[in-house]
Amino acid sequence: MDEESLLLSLELASGSGQGLSPDRRASLLTSLMLVKRDYRFDRVLFWGRILSLVADYYIAQGLSEDQLSPRKTLYSLNCMEWSLLPPATEEMEMQTSVVKGRFMGDPSHEYEHTELQKVQIKEETRLVSIIDQIDKAVAVIPRGALFKTPFGPIRVNRTFEGLSSSEAKKLSSYFHFREPVELKNKTLLEKADLDPSLDFMDSLEHDIPKGSWSIQMERGNTLVVLRSLLWPGLTFYHAPRTKNYGYIYVGTGEKNIDLPFML
Amino acid sequence: MEDSTPLKQKIEHQELGETGRPWEEMVTTSQDPEPRLSEASESEQGPVTGPQPRSSPPGIPQSGASTPVDDLVGPGVSSPPSPSQEPSSTPSPLALAVQDLMAPWQSDKTTSVISEAGTPHLDHLEQSSDKAESTPHQTCQSEGNTFHQSQQTKCHLYGPRDVSYNNSKRKELRFDIFQEEDSNSDYDLAQPESGASEVAPSMLEIAIQNAKAYLLKSSSKSGLNLYDHLSEMLTKVLDKRPENAVDIIENVSQDVKMEHFSKKLDTLQNENEMLPTYEIAEEQKALFLQGNLEGADQEMEDEIAEHSLPNVMESAFYFEQAGVGLGTDETYRIFLALKQLTDTHPIQKCRFWGKILGLEMNYIVAEVEFHEGEDEEEVEEEDVPEERDNGDSEADEDELPRSFYKAPQAIPKEESRTGANKYVYFVCNEPGRPWVKLPAVTPAQIVIARKIKKFFTGRLDTPIISYPPFPGNESNYLRAQIARISAGTHVSPLGFYHFGEEEEEEEETEGRRDSFEENPDFEGIQVIDLVESLSNWVHHVQHILPQGRCNWFNPIRKSEEEEEAEEEEEEEEEEREEPDYIELEVGPPLLTPISEDLEIQNTPPWTARLSSNLIPQYAIAVLRSNLWTGAYAFSNGK
Repeated sequence: MDEESLLLSLELASGSGQGLSPDRRASLLTSLMLVKRDYRFDRVLFWGRILSLVADYYIAQGLSEDQLSPRKTLYSLNCMEWSLLPPATEEMEMQTSVVKGRFMGDPSHEYEHTELQKVQIKEETRLVSIIDQIDKAVAVIPRGALFKTPFGPIRVNRTFEGLSSSEAKKLSSYFHFREPVELKNKTLLEKADLDPSLDFMDSLEHDIPKGSWSIQMERGNTLVVLRSLLWPGLTFYHAPRTKNYGYIYVGTGEKNIDLPFML
Repeated sequence: MEDSTPLKQKIEHQELGETGRPWEEMVTTSQDPEPRLSEASESEQGPVTGPQPRSSPPGIPQSGASTPVDDLVGPGVSSPPSPSQEPSSTPSPLALAVQDLMAPWQSDKTTSVISEAGTPHLDHLEQSSDKAESTPHQTCQSEGNTFHQSQQTKCHLYGPRDVSYNNSKRKELRFDIFQEEDSNSDYDLAQPESGASEVAPSMLEIAIQNAKAYLLKSSSKSGLNLYDHLSEMLTKVLDKRPENAVDIIENVSQDVKMEHFSKKLDTLQNENEMLPTYEIAEEQKALFLQGNLEGADQEMEDEIAEHSLPNVMESAFYFEQAGVGLGTDETYRIFLALKQLTDTHPIQKCRFWGKILGLEMNYIVAEVEFHEGEDEEEVEEEDVPEERDNGDSEADEDELPRSFYKAPQAIPKEESRTGANKYVYFVCNEPGRPWVKLPAVTPAQIVIARKIKKFFTGRLDTPIISYPPFPGNESNYLRAQIARISAGTHVSPLGFYHFGEEEEEEEETEGRRDSFEENPDFEGIQVIDLVESLSNWVHHVQHILPQGRCNWFNPIRKSEEEEEAEEEEEEEEEEREEPDYIELEVGPPLLTPISEDLEIQNTPPWTARLSSNLIPQYAIAVLRSNLWTGAYAFSNGK
C-alpha cells in the first residue's frame, strides 16, 4: 500500500484482522518518508509484515518511475531502521524451497538442510525469495490503475477513478502486478478485445487453481476485498469509484500447499 | 418536413367538427405549413396520410373539392377561416392560407413534403379556382401550379410565400387566435365570410377524423403510432433547425425511435447497483437505533444490572496495541450487535470470540453462556433424533442378514454446559444480521475435524465434502473448529483462575464453571514475567481428548448402561476392567501451564512478546499461538 495513504489503507485492510499497533504505525509513517528521500524512490509501498517466531519483519518496497521495473525491497525489525535486501535470483528460490517452517526472526539465522550434503541457507535469503514469490504470485492491481505509454514505461494513471461496483466484483478486473506471463498465450480473438494501454498484465481470472481468490464485499458494497488462498494473509482492498486500493501481506510467509484439498 | 404540431392542431380542429370551422383546421396546423387534413372530401383522405406541408384552405374542400387537402397552411389558415365557411369564401382563405403557408415554409421545409402536399393542394387550389378573390386565388393557383410543376423544388414555394408576407400581419393575428383553439373567435376575426358550409365540413371532418385515427393506430411491433412519431420528429427538427433537414430526415426518424427505448434501461441499472449497499446500511442503522426504543429509565436499570455484555471496546484497544484488530468502526458495530444479542436472549455471560474468514462471507462469533435452565429445551430436542436413530438401526439389523460387525458405538456428545459444549456459540455474517446459534458439537465431529482441512464459505448450510466424510454441514464444522481453537488457545495468567473444589462432580449444574472460578486473590503477574516464561500462562479450557470429548467416555459399556455412564465416568480411572483395545484417554488437566504444550515441527507453540519496545512501562504482554494462527491473548499485568 502506498505510504502516502497509509492510515486510510490500514483502516480499509483491517477486515482481515491483522493490522498494526499504533506505535508501529507512527514509526512507519516517519521512517518511510525518510526512506523515500534517501533512496530516491518514486513511490514507497508498505508491503506487509511477516510473522516469525521471535520478531516480525516489516517489509517495504520502493518503486521507480517505471512501475513494472524490479522493485527494491527493504526490511526492518522495528519499523525505523531499514535495510536493503538483495534482489531475488532463481538459485535462491531453489534453495528456499527446501526450507519449511516458520521464520525465525533473526536475519542471520541459518537453516540447515541435509540432502546430499549439508546446505546452510541464510534466513535473509529465504526472506528475499519468499517476498519475491509472493509478489509474483499474488500482488494485485486493479485494471486501469497503470497504463502503458507508447515508449514503454508504465506509469501511474492519474485519471483512474476506481472500478465501478459491477466491475469490482469480477476477477477479470484485477491484474497481477508483474511482468505478464500468459499474455502472449492468449488467442488473437481475445487479444482483439484488449486495450493495449491498459491490458498489458495478466488477469487474475485464469489463476490456477481456480477459486484461489476469495472476493468479498465488505461494509455493504463500499469496499471490495480480495484475499488470496494460496498465500494466506495477502489482502487486497479497493473502494469502488474511488482511487483507494492497495494490498498488504500479513502472514507467516508460508504457501498454502493444501489449497486444492481445501476448496 | 412538417411539424406535427400543426398537423395535430389541424386535426384537433377537425375534431371539433364544426362545420363552420374548416378554417380552424387550417389554422391549427400552425405557423409552419404543415400537412393538414383539411375537410376535404373523404376521398382524398387516403393519400393524405403523410404529413403534407400544404394546408390547403379548407375553403377548397368546402367548395366541394373532393380531395382533402392535407396541406397545412399555418399562416394561411388564419386567413381562410372565415371564408372557409363558405365555399365562396374558400378562395380567399385559400389564397391567404397558401400565402401564409408560404411564409413559414421558407424556414424549413422539405421539398418532398411540399411536393406531396402540393398535389392535393393543387387539386384544391384548382378547385377553388372559382373562389371570389381572384388575386389570392390566382396566387394560390399559381402556387398550386408551381407546386404542380416543380414538386421538387422549394423555389416555387418561396415565390408564393413572399406574396403571403403581405398578409403576414393578419395571419399572425389569426395564428394567435387559432392557437387557442377557439375557432369561433377566429372565424369572427377572419374574413367576414363566416358562414360555413355545413355539408362540406362534415364530410371533411369525418375524413379528417378517419385520417387521424389511422395515424394514431399503434404499430403492433413497436407500440408507437405514426402520429406521435411524426410529431416528435418535427418537433425535433424545428428545435434544432439543422441544415439540409430534408437529407437527414431518415436519420432523425431513427433517432427519435431509438430514444423511446433507452430511457428505461438507465433506471433499471441504477436501481440494481445501489441496493446491496443500502441494505447493509439499513440493517446497521437498525442496530444503532435499537437502543432508543426502550424507555430511558428501564434501559439504565437493565444495563447496570446485567453484567453480561463485555466491554468489547476496551479489549479491542488492548488488542490494537498488539497489532490485532478489526478497525474501530467495525468493532463498534460488533459491540452493538452483541448488545442486541444479549437483549434478545437470556444470556448470563457473553464474549466476543473472534472472526473467521470465509470465501464468500465471514463469520463473527460470540461465545455465550446461558442462564441455567435455558439449555434444557435444546437437550430434549436433540435427544429425540438420537433415539430414533437407534431404533432404525435395530430394525435394520433384524431384517437383513445379521452382520457381526458392530459399529463402534457412537460416542455421545457431552452434556451442555460441560466439556466441549460448555459455551454456546452464536454467529452472524455481518453485524446487523441476525445471530444464528450453532448446534452443540459431538465428539465424532471433532475427531473428523482434526483430520480435514477445509475453507469456510460463509454459508452455514454448505455441505462439507471431504474424506473422511464429515458428519454435518458447515455449521457443525464451524462449531467443531471453534471448540478445538478454544481448547487449544484460551489461556489466562497463572493464578487468575483456581479450582473451586477439587473433586467437583459434574452432575451439579448450579451455574459454576466446570472446575474453576476466578481467584479473588489474584494479584497480577508482571508483564515482563508473562513474556519471559510461558509457564505463567495456563489453559482455562479443558483439553479435548482424542476421543473428541473432554471427559473420557468408555464406549465399551453396553447400551443399557449408557445412562449410568456419566456417573461412572469418575470411577473409570479406578476401574481397570476395560477391554484391552480401548485405552483410557487422559488429557492434561485443567489449568495446565502452556509451557507444557508440545512443539509442532520444531516450532514452539507460542510466541510471547511485549506489545511495544519503545514504551515498556505501559506495554502489555501479547501471546500469539503458532499452532492456530490468529489466536492472540494479552494481559496487562492486572
